[in-house]
Amino acid sequence: MKRGFLEATTLGFARALTRAMLAEQVARQRGLLQSLDPRVRVAGLFMLVLAVTLSRKMTVVAGLFGLALAIAILSRVRIATLATRVWLAVLAFTGVIALPAIFVTPGHPVATVGALTITEQGLRTATLLILRVETAVTFTTLLVLCTPWTHVLKALRALRLPKEVITMLAMTHRYVFLLVETASQMFESRRSRTVGILKPAEQRHMAARTAGVLLSKSVSLSTEVYLAMQSRGFRGDVETLSDFRLTMWDYCGLLMFLLAGSIAVWMGR
Amino acid sequence: MHIPDGYLSPSTCAVLYTGAAAGWYSALRRLKRVLLSRVIPLISVFAAFSFVVMMFNLPLPGGTTGHALGVTIAAIVLGPSGAILALSIAIAIQALFFGDGGISTLGANCFNMAIVGSLVAYASYRLIAAGTALTSRRRVVAAAIAGYLAVNAAALLAAFEFGIQPVLFHDANGTPLYAPYRLSIAIPAMMIGHLTFAGLAEAVISAGLVAYLQVADPALLRATSGVAASAEGIAERPAARSLQTLWIATAVLMLVTPLGILAAGTAWGEWSPAQLAKAPAQAQDANPPQSVPSGLQRLSNLWTAPFPAYAPSFVRSRGFGYLLSAMFGVGFLLALSLVLRLLLQRYRQREYSA
Repeated sequence: MKRGFLEATTLGFARALTRAMLAEQVARQRGLLQSLDPRVRVAGLFMLVLAVTLSRKMTVVAGLFGLALAIAILSRVRIATLATRVWLAVLAFTGVIALPAIFVTPGHPVATVGALTITEQGLRTATLLILRVETAVTFTTLLVLCTPWTHVLKALRALRLPKEVITMLAMTHRYVFLLVETASQMFESRRSRTVGILKPAEQRHMAARTAGVLLSKSVSLSTEVYLAMQSRGFRGDVETLSDFRLTMWDYCGLLMFLLAGSIAVWMGR
Repeated sequence: MHIPDGYLSPSTCAVLYTGAAAGWYSALRRLKRVLLSRVIPLISVFAAFSFVVMMFNLPLPGGTTGHALGVTIAAIVLGPSGAILALSIAIAIQALFFGDGGISTLGANCFNMAIVGSLVAYASYRLIAAGTALTSRRRVVAAAIAGYLAVNAAALLAAFEFGIQPVLFHDANGTPLYAPYRLSIAIPAMMIGHLTFAGLAEAVISAGLVAYLQVADPALLRATSGVAASAEGIAERPAARSLQTLWIATAVLMLVTPLGILAAGTAWGEWSPAQLAKAPAQAQDANPPQSVPSGLQRLSNLWTAPFPAYAPSFVRSRGFGYLLSAMFGVGFLLALSLVLRLLLQRYRQREYSA
């Protein structure tokens, strides 16, 4: 059944909240990635994403995909979650983009489909693109699933990101959920009072009005937060606690990430 | 429009990270001049708002739906610097927390949507809505056009980034290593969807929000309206210091114009018919033109410049000729902008008195 505008938007909000809750659950489990210091996790997985984009050979990217799979299993991330959340979604999106490339990329013809010619170069570029995107997104998703947001922020602070930016990231994350919930409630309440089908123009007016009210609420919320910060003596200096300590296990993990990334870049050059 | 990891080469990502970093640094520096403790929660909450607006499934004319970016309303309420940071924060949260958009391409996404999008939205809104009252209908139209232009400018940039990949990055066999389509395919493929749906979604939400704010909370539109200075919003301060820097930079640039004499040869594509006639003998190109195209020959005499080749006929020294040309050019532009300003001021006065 085709969903209406209200249902589709409310469902989108619910999905976002579910995904966020799933990440919190996975991050609390015991596993390989979870056992490492968040700074090592962030730096290591960034390195592997970089290695994926630097590798020019399909076999090397396939090897990195195997490594991502192994890390996922050892970190107790369900393969079904990865398959539905990452692999199928990426295949649907990138597959549609990559498919015409097998016909339009100039090169040696290998087969013909009606009036269209499939080229060897086209097949290779389409496969490489899908594999590369699948692997990189799997590494990113592993980071997202296995690291609580507060730890990601502290790790980014260790990577010398300005304190103001870290504070804004932390605050935004907090208010994203508040505003998602507020918007969701506004849509739900409108939905419960809607009888019949809204015309597209009415739907657009309603979306703009809802966004407008949300904007007004956001600005007054920012004023309240500002006053709360003032009352606690905030003078523009941001202090963050960093209680992370690197152990021998973390150094081993960092070395492994570095080795895997370097080998992939060297072999895939 | 969020580019995932793997579509762009590492060097493209590095260049765009550098461009984005320059934008972030400049925006942060400008905002630090304003009260930072007020700016941090405002930008954070606005980033969260943009994030939520991106999730709205907007119904569009023709029975389809689309998602807006929220960059235009951010630029209208916060100004360009605030919008750059708010959108960048929203895009970073999408990438780092929800895995939407890549990590290696985060710089590219921020550059396209947050930086270019904000600047295009802000400039076009200010230009179209210039001199109008806060509740003017023109502001609604300006917001719609600004939203449409901002999204399409960001999409065009992304299409360009995709389109240069197969030309620059392919293996010895000719297989493209990243995004596989050249500009001739990437630009139309990307732009069709954005010119029709995505641009429209941003136009609808921006116009709707401005129309709502005109009724419910016009103070939020004041900061970038140019109507009056605001103590509440994050207005970009027309600082005298920045104008002074601009004057100094212009003077330095004028002084160094004779450096152009040092360059040998002619800029590619700027040949006169006489220079083009010599091309077959000099060119390293595999297929130089054998004769001057008739259209070029015919149109080259259409306009004779007063200072041909930056050297007025009465000046002997080439260096002095360059300097004189630079002074004349800058002076002419200043005079033109002064005339425009006077006309605009008269127009505004007439509108307010009416």
